[in-house]
Amino acid sequence: MQELVKRASELLADGSVARVLGWKAGDLPYNPEPAYFENEEQLRSFVYNGFCGANLSKYMIEASKLEGKTLVFLKPCDTYSFNQLMKEYRVDREKAWIIGVGCRGKLDIEAVKRSGIKGIESISEEDGELKIKTLYGDHSISYAEAMLERCHSCKGKEHRVYDELIGESEETNDSERFAGVTEIEAMSPEEKFAYFQKELSKCIRCNACRNVCPACSCRKCVFDSNKFDSAQKANTDSFEEKMFHIIRAFHVAGRCTDCGECSRVCPEGIPLHLFNRKFMKDIDELYGEFRAGEDAETKGPLTDFTFEDAEPGVVAERG
Amino acid sequence: MSITAKTEFKPKIVAFCCNWCSYAGADLAGSSRLSYPADVKIIRVPCSCRVNPMFVLRAFEKGADGVILCGCHPGDCHYSTGNYYTRRRMTLLFSMLDYIGVEQGRTRVEWVSAAEGVKFSTTMNEFVEKIHSLGENVRLGDLRCRN
Repeated sequence: MQELVKRASELLADGSVARVLGWKAGDLPYNPEPAYFENEEQLRSFVYNGFCGANLSKYMIEASKLEGKTLVFLKPCDTYSFNQLMKEYRVDREKAWIIGVGCRGKLDIEAVKRSGIKGIESISEEDGELKIKTLYGDHSISYAEAMLERCHSCKGKEHRVYDELIGESEETNDSERFAGVTEIEAMSPEEKFAYFQKELSKCIRCNACRNVCPACSCRKCVFDSNKFDSAQKANTDSFEEKMFHIIRAFHVAGRCTDCGECSRVCPEGIPLHLFNRKFMKDIDELYGEFRAGEDAETKGPLTDFTFEDAEPGVVAERG
Repeated sequence: MSITAKTEFKPKIVAFCCNWCSYAGADLAGSSRLSYPADVKIIRVPCSCRVNPMFVLRAFEKGADGVILCGCHPGDCHYSTGNYYTRRRMTLLFSMLDYIGVEQGRTRVEWVSAAEGVKFSTTMNEFVEKIHSLGENVRLGDLRCRN
């Protein structure tokens, strides 16, 4: 982390960047937040630890409109989002100075809490273990156990776009990416419906999943339209349980880089990535392997076609 | 006093038909005196590609029991390639609807050319029959939209 701060203050000092986009310590030991830093003094609150899961590439949309270059720290998976945004002309590569940072998987405070650890005062990492000081004594939990779901099916620790690299990464992929989707696909329609009804009825329509998503970057969002009774929670009832999440996932189908931010920020813990991964799985199976954000040139699967594509009836045939 | 609320199920079916092929196909079905159920309500669109997946969801939300999309045969699109995009889009949407537990038969895409009046009428008859067997759409409908 010191290395990152040092490099950032160097670049700020010699004027090659106007601001730094990174993470700053929050009010709790486990909630660092994305922040801009404009001078060395502000950089004192900079942090980079296991809880810095936030994907900063979306902030580059606004940063691209500002004067001067912005230094941005991107984890390997964040660079996919950045690439995707570049492909859509939403960010300006010239305005960004990308430092690729190492990643050993990011932590999920909910996973820690689920293991029964409450009243957390401080958290430190020591070779593969998390040492947690709480009001009720000390605890420890293995790093892998506290990791976000998305890091267990990591897409690789290679940065897809960067200007310089700092820090080491460690492979964290230890599960099958589509396992959750396959499990649901095997259910009967009644079970599927009951499962999603159970999960989605928790939705409070806070729109956090939309706001955090680097692919959801329309200036005007359909969910904000007042001609459509979905703009406010007060107006909706069964709507979100059925439609909101399908629409949200469909709007990013073929563009979603599977960064997992939607599931990370959901205050109700809805496994939203299951929707996005369903589309990814279908695209892979029907139109060939595709990974959004791998590069900034290839056409997305929904803006492309072949003459031999499967007919929509294939859905029924696949069972 | 008895309550006789049992009425026959009359499905609401929305058919999006492209202006250049399927709508003309429906017209041909009419002028050839072929019949198809009155439960099918046709919405004319300039191209099957005009159908935003949200239209389909909206139709279901508003109480449709089935949604069918008709367009020109692949390769015959008036706008050259529109229906190829529709094909990918709808495949993904239908797959997603299946994934969340909506019965598979409620959605369908059929390519009907302007010369295929017979195909239009048989497709619609088949589809309505299928919806009859599936019954009312309770999973995607919104209660507030019931009349």
